[in-house]
Amino acid sequence: MKPGEVRILVLRSAGTNCDAETASAIAELGARAEVVHVNRFIRGRRSLEEFHGMVLPGGFSYGDRIRSGAVLAKLLSHRLRRELQRFVDEGRPILGICNGFQVLVESGLLPFGEVGQVKLALAKNASARFEARWVYLLKCSATPFTGKLPRVSRMPVANAEGRVVFPPGEEQSLLEELEESSQIVLRYCTREGEPARGDYPANPCGSFADIAGLASPEGTILGMMPHPERAFYRYMYPDWTRDSALGMGDGCAIFEGMLEHILKSQG
Amino acid sequence: MLALSLEEMRAIQRYYRSLNREPTDVELETFAQTWSEHCVHKTFKGIIIYDGEEIDGLLKSTIARVTRELSPEWCFSVFEDNAGIVDFEGDYAIAFKVETHNHPSAIEPFGGAATGVGGVIRDILGVWGEPIANTDVLCFGELDYPYEKLPRDMKHPRFIFTYVVAGIGSYGNNMGIPTVNGAIFFDEGYVGNPLVYCGTVGIVKKSRYRREAKPGDVLLLVGGRTGRDGIHGVTFASAELEEGAEETFGTAVQIGDPIEEEKIKRAILKVREAELGSAITDLGGGGLSSAVGEQAHRFGCGARVHLERVPLKYAGMKPWEIWISESQERMLLIVPPSKLERVLEIFEEEEVEATAIGELIPERRLEVYYGDERVADLSMEFLFHGLPRVRRAASWSPPELSEPHFEAGNLGEDLHRLLAMPNIASKESVIRTYDHEVKAMTVLKPLQGEACDGPGDAAVLKPLRESWRGIAISNGLNPLYGKIDPYWMAASAIDEAVRNNLAVGGRRIALLDNFCWGNPEKPENLGGLVRAAKACYDIALAYETPFISGKDSLYNESPLGAVTPTLLISALGIVPDVRRAVSMDFKRRGSCIYILGETRPELGGSHYYKLKGYLGRSVPKVEPSRAKRTFAALTRAIDSGLVLACHDLSEGGLGVALAEMCFSGNVGARVELSLVPAPQEMRADFILFSESNSRFLVEVHPEKAQEFEALMQGTSFARIGETLGRELVVTHNGRELLREHIAELKRSWQSGVVL
Repeated sequence: MKPGEVRILVLRSAGTNCDAETASAIAELGARAEVVHVNRFIRGRRSLEEFHGMVLPGGFSYGDRIRSGAVLAKLLSHRLRRELQRFVDEGRPILGICNGFQVLVESGLLPFGEVGQVKLALAKNASARFEARWVYLLKCSATPFTGKLPRVSRMPVANAEGRVVFPPGEEQSLLEELEESSQIVLRYCTREGEPARGDYPANPCGSFADIAGLASPEGTILGMMPHPERAFYRYMYPDWTRDSALGMGDGCAIFEGMLEHILKSQG
Repeated sequence: MLALSLEEMRAIQRYYRSLNREPTDVELETFAQTWSEHCVHKTFKGIIIYDGEEIDGLLKSTIARVTRELSPEWCFSVFEDNAGIVDFEGDYAIAFKVETHNHPSAIEPFGGAATGVGGVIRDILGVWGEPIANTDVLCFGELDYPYEKLPRDMKHPRFIFTYVVAGIGSYGNNMGIPTVNGAIFFDEGYVGNPLVYCGTVGIVKKSRYRREAKPGDVLLLVGGRTGRDGIHGVTFASAELEEGAEETFGTAVQIGDPIEEEKIKRAILKVREAELGSAITDLGGGGLSSAVGEQAHRFGCGARVHLERVPLKYAGMKPWEIWISESQERMLLIVPPSKLERVLEIFEEEEVEATAIGELIPERRLEVYYGDERVADLSMEFLFHGLPRVRRAASWSPPELSEPHFEAGNLGEDLHRLLAMPNIASKESVIRTYDHEVKAMTVLKPLQGEACDGPGDAAVLKPLRESWRGIAISNGLNPLYGKIDPYWMAASAIDEAVRNNLAVGGRRIALLDNFCWGNPEKPENLGGLVRAAKACYDIALAYETPFISGKDSLYNESPLGAVTPTLLISALGIVPDVRRAVSMDFKRRGSCIYILGETRPELGGSHYYKLKGYLGRSVPKVEPSRAKRTFAALTRAIDSGLVLACHDLSEGGLGVALAEMCFSGNVGARVELSLVPAPQEMRADFILFSESNSRFLVEVHPEKAQEFEALMQGTSFARIGETLGRELVVTHNGRELLREHIAELKRSWQSGVVL
């Protein structure tokens, strides 16, 4: 298979608003990215079978009514349940960014890849406000998405509800379970790569255990609050004028990893 | 609640006498909307007698005249559309519009500000544009305004500030349009009249720009449902805010739904790409009554509308309420009948309601039906040409002001206090609640520097994936100078907007004007407005910066009096290659620091005087010929890659600009004030804090100093120091005036405004 034959779905719904730049990031790596409305799948006009991978981009799907990502998650886990479970079981990668991460959590695809099994939540930020800022991320385990990511990377977050919370009383046991299976992929850290330890603004959302990104046990589903598509090129960085090197940014590695994984697994 | 004048009522009376019938309620409301100050800008188009001089149309004889006289070929559409449009690259053009939403934000700050953003985004959709960035400039009363001074029914500035910011963030963030530029200004004159300026920039494809509707075409109402929200918004906007306004105008404030607007945007852009529409406009002030009437007028025909077809939020609305409701998230598309089916499919796919409510007709009449009943039948001719022109008196005399006399104090302490003044202090806590990067086009962000927290002069966007060409968005606003002379306030606002744009590498600049003034029927208010408009003509013409769009919001009055007369100038420039864009933070130690432009004893209206408790009278002036030489030389230097950092000098002058460049770059500096070019002997504190216009600070690598100086020949400039260490040290004739650690300066600057 050639990179140009890889087909990635960028799934949108009402209120999705990062689809264009996400699709463009994928396209710039040579793959075919297509932005398709979820209604097209629900109405049977398109099929998830057509795609080798899927990205759930950022935005405010259905206005984040009820909870962030909840409505789109319900559509996926009820109206597209079988198709989606097959997509997951076949190991086709799914990347959820920001609102997409929220959708993955609300649908149960994260952390355990089981549609309908909601195990954690992305709650209102500890600061109680929208946080648009660049953060440092520590790579804690390897997944198909993060193979090329440096140990410490930079990307921006932009959300009001990015605080990972675990069920009360189960925090430690769930954390240990996820750590053991290397599912905690990205944690907020300092510029030097030290854990943020909950400190604001290094951990801008107040996420439990500094969690910024989580993967499924097999590593083929990744949800992350930071936006890799906004760190795709160096000129997107907030301080690129202090640096003469203008090449690819850290976010590029996430999409590259996804494409390489597809190429490898498709033979 | 018609808000028509006696003379206007009489014209309407004569019209109906000639028809020998009584007007209907729908018709009267149509006049009230179409003839409101908000919709027709009577003052700017009327006749003004200004101290004996007759001005026949202030807009066309000042602001629009600049554009007419310059008539640049790159202006694609000016003053006639929902937004001004200028060429960008190839088939792509850029649309820019700035609106105000002041009265609604005073009564219900969250909803008022949010729908202000939503409204100006629809202005961009209304020129077939794809919105790509927002800019918001806000004016509030001082946050520590004493509660006991606050009149009954009035909301505290802290409350208004908090919820206006939340409303702006909510709408822009939800729609996925980055808020990339803005300003927040605090002054007692905004306690009763907060100002909320909302601007949107969009991409237009010239080949997809359709304005060709004709009789027979279908009027398609798309978007949200119509309700009682926003009834009488324009008459509300055209009246003074009195006590009890909340009861009278409670319905005038609309409720926003950004997700609905996001869906409309998708559908409209699809209609644009498939070239299925013949015209488009937004439903803003006056609702259907204005939109339908104006479109029919524009295409030289009439319109027939069936109000019972309009989808309603709830039953029981009267025809006139449906006709003038300003419910949000609605647009009017005009579609040839043969394309209607395809257009309806597109809206259905996006889950947006679209309803054919009537059609354009060849007769120049506006016919409105509700079921079988004809509820309005008006001559387009009378509706659009029957409004008696207003004739207003204007006069202006300089206020009695004097220069203060005081001794200079501890300048280090003064610098700290200036940096903490709310108008100068960091707005980071606000900026971080706005998504300023969604769409991944924001190349130069509002916060810059080593720790990404320095105050950028202008935002730079890269709108097209396939091109390095960019746009720079900036603004200028100097209400304090207006208290001395509105002429120099306007001149300074233009200068500030232009120099902010130039500082990042922008050029070929187009301007927008937005006046917020008190009641223009008071001659002294109108006199100031005339002076400001005259400066717009003089300075913009000299700078060769055409106006492409503008708006005025008059009648900003409250029980505390008129608003501080305020002119916002917004600027849109071109950056030929965004990789050459310049940020304001010092980049390294050992660089040369240059000041460009002349420093004069112009501290009237300055923040240094304000800090000392004075206004003064020596307001900063503009010398266009001198300034233009500086501007051109700076652009050459940027294009030659000689400029490591550039920052414009504004509130707080040289002292504040230096401090900002230092702490943003985490590099100290040493500067000698006697080297600063000044035409006359000046006190050291005045050199440090004068707010003279047309000045920049530039960081240049010592190896490039000679080349830079050669480029600057023929302008006023000087090398005044170098970057070094972690302290800002300022000397005058070798004597040390201040020595402050940059981390401490930053702390003061970050303490001033906390959301």
